[in-house]
Amino acid sequence: MKPSAFDYECPTDLNAVLAMLGDTETETSILAGGQSLVPMMNYRLAAPERLVDINRLPDLDYIREDAGFVAIGALARHGEIKASELVGRHFPMMSEAYDWIAHAAVRNRGTLCGNLCHADPASEMPALMQVLDATLVVAKATGTREVTAQDFFVGTYETVLESDEMLTEVRIPIPEAGTGWGFEEVAMRKGDYAWCTVVATLRVVEGRIAAPRIAVSGVGDAAIRLGAQEETLAGAEPTSAVFEEIAAAAAAAVNPPNVEHISADYRRDLLRSLLPRVLSAAASRVAA
Amino acid sequence: MNKKAISLTVNGRVREALVPPRMLLSDFIRHELELPGTHVGCEHGVCGSCNVVVDGKAVRSCLMFAVQANGTEITTVEGYDTAEGLHPIQQAFWEEHGLQCGFCTPGMLAAAKELLAANPDPGDDEIREAISGNLCRCTGYEFIINAIRSAAKAMREAEIQKTLQPA
Ligand SMILES: Cc1cc2nc3c(=O)[nH]c(=O)nc-3n(C[C@H](O)[C@H](O)[C@H](O)COP(=O)(O)OP(=O)(O)OC[C@H]3O[C@@H](n4cnc5c(N)ncnc54)[C@H](O)[C@@H]3O)c2cc1C
Ligand code: FES
Ligand code: FES
Repeated sequence: MKPSAFDYECPTDLNAVLAMLGDTETETSILAGGQSLVPMMNYRLAAPERLVDINRLPDLDYIREDAGFVAIGALARHGEIKASELVGRHFPMMSEAYDWIAHAAVRNRGTLCGNLCHADPASEMPALMQVLDATLVVAKATGTREVTAQDFFVGTYETVLESDEMLTEVRIPIPEAGTGWGFEEVAMRKGDYAWCTVVATLRVVEGRIAAPRIAVSGVGDAAIRLGAQEETLAGAEPTSAVFEEIAAAAAAAVNPPNVEHISADYRRDLLRSLLPRVLSAAASRVAA
Repeated sequence: MNKKAISLTVNGRVREALVPPRMLLSDFIRHELELPGTHVGCEHGVCGSCNVVVDGKAVRSCLMFAVQANGTEITTVEGYDTAEGLHPIQQAFWEEHGLQCGFCTPGMLAAAKELLAANPDPGDDEIREAISGNLCRCTGYEFIINAIRSAAKAMREAEIQKTLQPA
């Protein structure tokens, strides 16, 4: 299908973008990579009156190291982040996850920031950003605020962003040395949205798990951290019995969607199988 | 809604047009520029048959608006062949039976072109990964993989030939 008509603006200055977003007379959407918005417009699931194309904003296409974190700008494309040496060095989990996210031609245009704003419940990066404890920098005409990834996601296609706000940067803290990580996903095909994605980081101090962080996507209306399971895990020994117990509790706690060929029970089973693998991978990477 | 003036280079030729913002790049290429080699299967980013090369990168032309292509350089399947004939990737698709109905072929070629530009000697897994965003209903993919492997070899050998020729 074809999108309905809209007005198109392509500012070359961030303030102009923010001013347009602030003008409440016209229903305005940001156009970043267009890899989620344009399909929705082609289906007429979205019909904004005006698109503000941010692809020609200077200075938002960056991935750079700052004081203790890596900053990724609103125009950094999936493909650039996937190939980034800096990202691979500090967050190998991101490079690994990118093998599972869309396909080369989609990654050539799609952006991490657009991906987070789209907030698909089966999307990988919303889970990764929560495990990596990212901070999202949100701008509007009158100023900026910072939101943790954990507070950013509200529900299916829903975030805390107001209609006059734009996500300009994601800041990912560089993990402490000795942090182990794990990532597992099951999807219909590699590159499709996840049926279940599980990610975790942890450390092991004197034989006990410390600072565990676990997040999942595909098994609820948004990617979430598993706070209760993290609590049980903290201080426990990294044994498969512990991991399996935690996975069973997690599977009982989530509320997955029940759709045609992928039942809620099946997604729970996936979580129960993937979580122990992720935790033991994370524990083994601590040792390495 | 207000039409926008755009100017872009398609297959080496400068094209200028007034386009409504809602016009997809795929429709612009097919209907306005009359280059129907770019195919449209799904119009939501899934099938890859609309892939074209924009500023050196394969992208879905159904997920870009024509107005966004202002100032870019685009290559469609009509622009692959050279004075000597078919592009080596096209030649290899022909020789290896990399197509049957041909619907997916322009998108496959764009994906293959980007892959081989970055990686002249890809392994089969890398070839599979590169075309993973392109659906083919006919070939079962094996002949496409063979074609890309064979094109890579031909292009590497041509490079060697080039370096052997006197300047
Ligand atoms: C075939 C296919 C397969 C895919 N597979 C996956 C997958 O496996 N996993 C996955 O996670 N994704 C997948 N995607 C989606 C892809 O990751 C998109 O790139 C991403 O979801 C959106 O990023 P974008 O830059 O294209 O945003 P756009 O489509 O331009 O925008 C998406 C939404 O976010 C808003 N927005 C964009 N940028 C900003 C900003 N800076 N501030 C505020 N709002 C903003 C837009 O207004 C819009 O509402 C797939 C897409 C396709 C077409
Ligand atoms: S027509 Fe563009 S991806 Fe299918
Ligand atoms: S040759 Fe028919 S779809 Fe690929």
